[in-house]
Amino acid sequence: MTMVKVMFYLMSFVAVASGLYIAASKNLVRSVFMFFVTLMALAGLYVLASADFVAITQIVVYVGGILVLIIFAFMLSGRESLAGIQQQESRFISISKLPALLLAVLFFIVMLNILLKVNGDQLIWVQKAIAGKNVVKPGDATVNNIGINLMSHYLLPFEVISILLLMALVGAAHISRKEKSL
Amino acid sequence: MISLTDFLIVSAALFCTGIFVVLTKKNAVQVLIGIELMLNAANLNLVAFGRYDRLANGGQIFTLFSITLAAATTAVALAIILNVYKRYKTIDPSKTDSLKD
Repeated sequence: MTMVKVMFYLMSFVAVASGLYIAASKNLVRSVFMFFVTLMALAGLYVLASADFVAITQIVVYVGGILVLIIFAFMLSGRESLAGIQQQESRFISISKLPALLLAVLFFIVMLNILLKVNGDQLIWVQKAIAGKNVVKPGDATVNNIGINLMSHYLLPFEVISILLLMALVGAAHISRKEKSL
Repeated sequence: MISLTDFLIVSAALFCTGIFVVLTKKNAVQVLIGIELMLNAANLNLVAFGRYDRLANGGQIFTLFSITLAAATTAVALAIILNVYKRYKTIDPSKTDSLKD
């Protein structure tokens, strides 16, 4: 059991456990902050998959942007919406949640079955990548390569997504502004 | 090296948790958090497979794109939630059942 394995199991335990806590908790504030823990653990998993740039982006965009946005939104949505949360039923497994629980668990079992049968490391293209030395090694600096690819291979998607981001943010500002005649 | 299957199993667990959150929560913000959980599970898959693509970096770059898309989606969704709250005085998805009042 190497150090990397220990780190992997620790991170994945933290991610899955905090995800389950989000599903179990009634308190909106707690689930937002547990979502923060999940995102941090996922950034750690990205590092272990030798994608350090993606991990940094995850922390900057998700934790710095989206989480602050969510906290803002539920602060703006007022006390009544927070009070409405407290009066739901308090058990984790209740009869009204049973279909959802069944769906989630059965879907997980199906996916687990498929993943264990497929055995990802034996896929043909993965074997080809390993044979052709096309695997990111733990010490590699991938940022250079990502930057060059972003400006050559993926230039069109990059520009399209920047326009889309601009449009979405302008649209969000337009939707959420105060209107005089509502 | 951690095997690909381990990453995929963690991601499947996160995805199913996200499905459960989306289906059961009575608050639109929590439903949004569930959707983000599912997106993150998909991102983990992309990153795990992206390790076997050193030259083109397909998996990692698509993860970057999907993180950006998630940011845009969240901004729009939260604006819509604020508007729904202004109109209906509630953000329970099962109570807001008409498009026009």
